[in-house]
Amino acid sequence: MKTYDKLIFELSKPGRKGYSLPENEYKTDGLSSIPKDLLRKEVADLPEVSELDVVRHFTNLSSKNFGVDTGFYPLGSCTMKYNPKINEELSALPSFTNLHPLQSEKTVQGALELYWNLQEMLSNIAGLAEFTLNPYAGAHGELTGLMVMRQYHISRGDEKRKKVIVPNSAHGTNPASAMVAGLEVVEVKSKPNGSIDVEDLKPLLDDSVAGIMMTNPNTLGMFETEIMEIANLVHNAGGLLYYDGANLNPLLGKVRPGDMGFDIMHINLHKTFSTPHGGGGPGSGPVGVAKHLVDFLPNPRVVKNEDGSFSIKSEDQSLGNISSFLGNFGVMMKAYAYILSLGKENIKNVGPLATLNANYIKESLKDDYLLPIEGVCKHEFVFDGLKDKSTGVTTLNVAKRLLDYGFHAPTIYFPLLFHESMMIEPTETESKETLDEFIDVMHTVAKEARENPEVVKSAPLTTIVRKLDETSAAKNPILSYRSLKANAK
Amino acid sequence: MSDKYMPHTNEEIQEMLEKIGVESINDLYKDVPEEVIFTEEYDIPSSMSEIELRRHFEELGKKNKTLTVFSGGGVYDHYSPSVVSHLLQRSEFYTAYTPYQPEISQGTLQYIFEYQSMISELTGLEATNASMYDGATSAAEVIFMMVASSKKRNRVLISSTIHQRVVDVIKTYAKFHGIELTIIPEKNGVTDLEAIDEELQKDDVAGVLVPTPNKYGIIEDYSGLADKIHSKKGYFGIYADPSTLAVLRTPAEWNADVACGDGQSLGMPLNFGGPYLGFISCSKTMIRKMPGRVVGATKDADGKRAYVLTLQAREQHIRREKATSNICSNQSLMALYATVYLSLLGKKGLEEVNTMCCDGAHYLYNLLLASGKFKAVFDKPFLKEFLVETSLDMEKVNQRLLDNGIQGGLKVGENKVLFAVTEKRTKEEIETLVNLMLEEEK
Amino acid sequence: MSKILEDLRYADSHEWVKLEGDIATIGITDYAQHALGSIVYVDMPEVGDEVTQGEDFGAVESVKAASDLISPVSGEVVEINEALEDEPELVNQDAFENWIMKVKVSDPSEIDNLLDAAAYAKICEE
Repeated sequence: MKTYDKLIFELSKPGRKGYSLPENEYKTDGLSSIPKDLLRKEVADLPEVSELDVVRHFTNLSSKNFGVDTGFYPLGSCTMKYNPKINEELSALPSFTNLHPLQSEKTVQGALELYWNLQEMLSNIAGLAEFTLNPYAGAHGELTGLMVMRQYHISRGDEKRKKVIVPNSAHGTNPASAMVAGLEVVEVKSKPNGSIDVEDLKPLLDDSVAGIMMTNPNTLGMFETEIMEIANLVHNAGGLLYYDGANLNPLLGKVRPGDMGFDIMHINLHKTFSTPHGGGGPGSGPVGVAKHLVDFLPNPRVVKNEDGSFSIKSEDQSLGNISSFLGNFGVMMKAYAYILSLGKENIKNVGPLATLNANYIKESLKDDYLLPIEGVCKHEFVFDGLKDKSTGVTTLNVAKRLLDYGFHAPTIYFPLLFHESMMIEPTETESKETLDEFIDVMHTVAKEARENPEVVKSAPLTTIVRKLDETSAAKNPILSYRSLKANAK
Repeated sequence: MSDKYMPHTNEEIQEMLEKIGVESINDLYKDVPEEVIFTEEYDIPSSMSEIELRRHFEELGKKNKTLTVFSGGGVYDHYSPSVVSHLLQRSEFYTAYTPYQPEISQGTLQYIFEYQSMISELTGLEATNASMYDGATSAAEVIFMMVASSKKRNRVLISSTIHQRVVDVIKTYAKFHGIELTIIPEKNGVTDLEAIDEELQKDDVAGVLVPTPNKYGIIEDYSGLADKIHSKKGYFGIYADPSTLAVLRTPAEWNADVACGDGQSLGMPLNFGGPYLGFISCSKTMIRKMPGRVVGATKDADGKRAYVLTLQAREQHIRREKATSNICSNQSLMALYATVYLSLLGKKGLEEVNTMCCDGAHYLYNLLLASGKFKAVFDKPFLKEFLVETSLDMEKVNQRLLDNGIQGGLKVGENKVLFAVTEKRTKEEIETLVNLMLEEEK
Repeated sequence: MSKILEDLRYADSHEWVKLEGDIATIGITDYAQHALGSIVYVDMPEVGDEVTQGEDFGAVESVKAASDLISPVSGEVVEINEALEDEPELVNQDAFENWIMKVKVSDPSEIDNLLDAAAYAKICEE
């Protein structure tokens, strides 16, 4: 295949166009009523291209991408499951996409019903009282959840509770969200298996603790077996438990966060509930809370009236607004379709089969890769690089070599607990055949590392581009076509 | 256990369990304390086939009413060419994750680079990030940027002529993060620039954020404002509707340091409020305080041009609690939406769209004033949205419009209405709207 | 093994100080530049800024890491190394030659809170 490397700007020819508009029949010349000083002087240098130029350009770009539809995507902590096509189609129904967010409530009853139904289902699946679907992403959900936590303490006049305990193995967003929410981060140590060290936790639990952020299973894919003790300790100290829903997938059908004592959680609809990641979004990060926290959820809220109709309301006790409207509605539609497709009969198999897949890969590869923690994992697990360290082949090398073999790489160098972390999450939608192919390739790479390490170290060899110069990109950032042109001169 | 999304046969499950060395799948949960195992069934409906699912969605859809929209308020019913949604359906784009492996993500990385380039063309500012959640959250993040860039200052001024929903979100973020906000009052429909000047004299202002166009659709005049803010060592930010920047004076031309806003106006479907995207553009001096992902051009080992996520050291996954923001995902696919839209419309098309909106809006405005039932509230320039005062009972009028499949203007206070006109509206629709509103009076 | 100069004082956050009269010259250590890798940006204070011992005054960024700069002394910034604005990689080339800022110290006795070369060497070994 010939390599295509044009920017859309480089296809531009003055006078070409890729649009058509109706004839302007107004004859009002509105722009002339605007003072010249308020108008743009220099014309925006947007491309001038034909419709076919645009279609070919972006189709060519798409062929330079790897998605779940291309192949296996074992990216740990990202839950890259299959994105059902019917969901895409349903979420594009004009009877929903043409709704203006400010149009009269009476005319959006179907949309509000969908929002309310999904909210109810998530509450049931999570074992919590109520959800807001307004947060736009996982990190946005974390932020919202932490705001709920603080608002709760403030409402009780307990303003000094500003410390939030975060395990040192946590996702980087946890401490960053806490910072944005105006909370102070206190790290609690992990034991070698990644679980929270309860002995290290105890002395931290004073009357300045707002709560703790956890994910369970933890970032090593291991279930926090002492969760009930942790919950008791934190609650007794007056704190709340926040559940980071990034690792919810293995619990579907098995455990509800609310039943483990969590008061607040977010769910990544783009992980657990199959909505596509979209190359980095849009996602959706609904936040659920236990009964005593419902009043603090963000505005606006969707409520069901006694007559069965739905309304949009704002509550005084709420923490405030965190989004313009009701969140990424289009994404919710896909998650809703997914839950209804699976239904109560099938959704309970999601967690167990995701867990089965992960354990199968782990057991099949631990002869060649270093498994720092033995025992049953949940939906994902972490290797600490190749077992044989003498070859000098790193986790990065293995990851890049996998690209040559047509697989996406696992998450690498996270969690920070090991030097050569390689985090693998297969999800339940992958068949045994796919897993076996991946296992074979991982063995092949390990063999190459022993016999011909230079090949692995110089990977990737067959991708469209090879190793990139990230240092000069960061030192002298070229962030636009305009600056690219200026730089070429 | 088989389901169309879970391909496991019973034989395969057995083989896999043997490899793992356990007897049943339940054994994989042996480490979970029994007291937390969920043994009931979820209270959700039974599995639906595609046929049933489609029927269910269609029934829900029937409870909605799609209307001919004359409302804006920050969300505009612009037209998106057919090509956009077609290209967005390429699953190599939408089933990919964030481009962490650049060698197999050049598609995503390049369109983000093109997106950044186009938004920078519109704002005139050098650097644009890979997109934010929406306009309101991008504005909140800009407030954080101003405070972080100014180092020791913690107070930001925001104009009350910014859309109320945006102000509300900024307020929430500022309240929790501990940033002091001063809301600058409006005077005759525009930001009270004297009030800004007064506040600046206190020498503690990190930044100032004002809109273009504002919440009444007015194009405000910020002559001299940048110099005043800069002389007091503050940062100047503009909350802008990016579509209008094809014709309106740009943030860079106002000498602003940073711009933000909602990308919905770049042809995105109304989507009942989302997904849209937020954008942030800034001058070189603020780049390293800009939140979110950024794509830069570079070369690969063979000297080939390529694109990569850059300036990552500022981000949450590295900086943790020291990061300037907690943002992780962007609205990448919506950035693709904007990029394809702007590629199609191009230099001339976006100007033409604005001209049509502006002409249509003025046509409606003139008809309304001529009817005698409406009068101007502020005598200020506007583009596609404007506020008028009326003697009509708007509750009744809006109901009549709804009955005729029209979403009229947005009610502001007791007797004021905010109308928006896009290129999708026809002269005939505008005339129908006016006639229906005046019907009772005839 | 990283280079450690004998006649300097050190903070455990890997900054070095050279005090001449009441002017302290401050940079990051060879050990620190090594740990960070290719440095792409140094976020420096402005001349006239007040810095405080133990508090951050800027940051150093490499491609995949960023580290706050912690001031080892208190006082007023009198000079910054402008060469680093365009060539941050100088710090990688020689971390001791390429200082970051000069501070007019308000309390010279603060220097006693810092480590000597031997004590700092020990920290780097850990």
